[in-house]
Amino acid sequence: MSTETTTAVEKKESLFSKKNRKLLTDPLDDSNPITVQVLGICSALAITVQVQQAVIMSLAVLFVMIGGNVIVSLMRNIIPDRIRIIVQLVVIASLVIIVDEVLKAYSPDISEKLSVFVGLIITNCIIMGRLEAFALGNKPGPAMLDAVGNAMGYAWILLAVALVREVFGSGAISFPGMGQVKFLPDSWFYANGGFYENNNLMILPPMALVTVGVIIWIQRARNRSLIEEN
Amino acid sequence: MEYLSIFVKGIFVENMIFAYFLGMCSYLAVSKTVKTAVGLGFAVIFVLGITVPINYLLENFVLKEGALTWLSPEYATVDLSFLSFIMFIAVIASMVQLVEMIVEKFAPALYGALGIFLPLIAVNCSILGGALFMQERQYPSIGEATVFGLGSGVGWLLAIVAIAAIREKIRYSNIPDPLKGLGITFILTGLMGMAFMAFMGIEI
Repeated sequence: MSTETTTAVEKKESLFSKKNRKLLTDPLDDSNPITVQVLGICSALAITVQVQQAVIMSLAVLFVMIGGNVIVSLMRNIIPDRIRIIVQLVVIASLVIIVDEVLKAYSPDISEKLSVFVGLIITNCIIMGRLEAFALGNKPGPAMLDAVGNAMGYAWILLAVALVREVFGSGAISFPGMGQVKFLPDSWFYANGGFYENNNLMILPPMALVTVGVIIWIQRARNRSLIEEN
Repeated sequence: MEYLSIFVKGIFVENMIFAYFLGMCSYLAVSKTVKTAVGLGFAVIFVLGITVPINYLLENFVLKEGALTWLSPEYATVDLSFLSFIMFIAVIASMVQLVEMIVEKFAPALYGALGIFLPLIAVNCSILGGALFMQERQYPSIGEATVFGLGSGVGWLLAIVAIAAIREKIRYSNIPDPLKGLGITFILTGLMGMAFMAFMGIEI
């Protein structure tokens, strides 16, 4: 009896050991899902026009990733190897349906704006990638940490890109509960006799790519071990 | 005329990569050489051309509200559209598997060319994206849905082959070290996207 409790305590301790803490912090920078692992770009770029959409999308991905990673990790010993992709897709798709229905019920206008991109969380490569690479071979505890870490790594890139695009593209950030946060006085704008004009290019799709490209540039300039050969 | 308009729109105006960023993961991963890019591009056209019409039938005869009336008039109020994600992805995964087996049996040469790419395609966002756009845009007939699928596939092929060709050449250029590889590919795609924006608003 006592040995059982000690192992249980050890397991509990190991959940926040150095190795496990790395699972949380690594994906934020050195193995960021978007800029280093190149996963999940599909849905990441299209919904970064507004900070609000990026926040909702990040929360949705966080929920699906934690759910998916924990469920697949719990089932890892009973999933036959050959049909594991289908099993993973079913788990993810069910979670995404929950997210979609909740969004439709509580904020239909956001759901409208995200349109097909909620559904596309299913094929978001981060989720499949982490399930394949981590959840299938690890216990639920670390799998959850891995999910949180990777979802956060995804979220901060999304937020950074959305912030740049919304500030320069719209001149203000609109967020529910806060109204519009403006950065420049109205009189500075050209329409009111000033000199400043919003850069509408930032709202268009190509600038999302360029912004991510620049983030990658900055990150690799800071951490030169990430530089590719060609 | 309607068909041509949908086809051209799918290639240029509503290009999967440049306008919606769909299928970016494989677009970035498999665009190092033109040869593999062409292989993956044709596999995507093939799978989109098959799965979009199948999902169209599924949507219109099973999932949509009132779609089940062909079974019996009392099902007119049944709305299964909340199941569409799981049904679409199941169709796509099984079709990809099926296509892989058929191609392997009847066209071994094609299988040799496409073989390794086919399994990848099940989780390519552009395929599920094609199905979801088809659902959102409510195409009036299966013919138009098919043309939309093929058009988007051709647009995807065009994008990946173009970027692969540029990446082959850019190897000889002197770009800043931290931008090499992924970074410059992103920026190039952004520039190509700007070029493609010239097609916006074109009506045929």
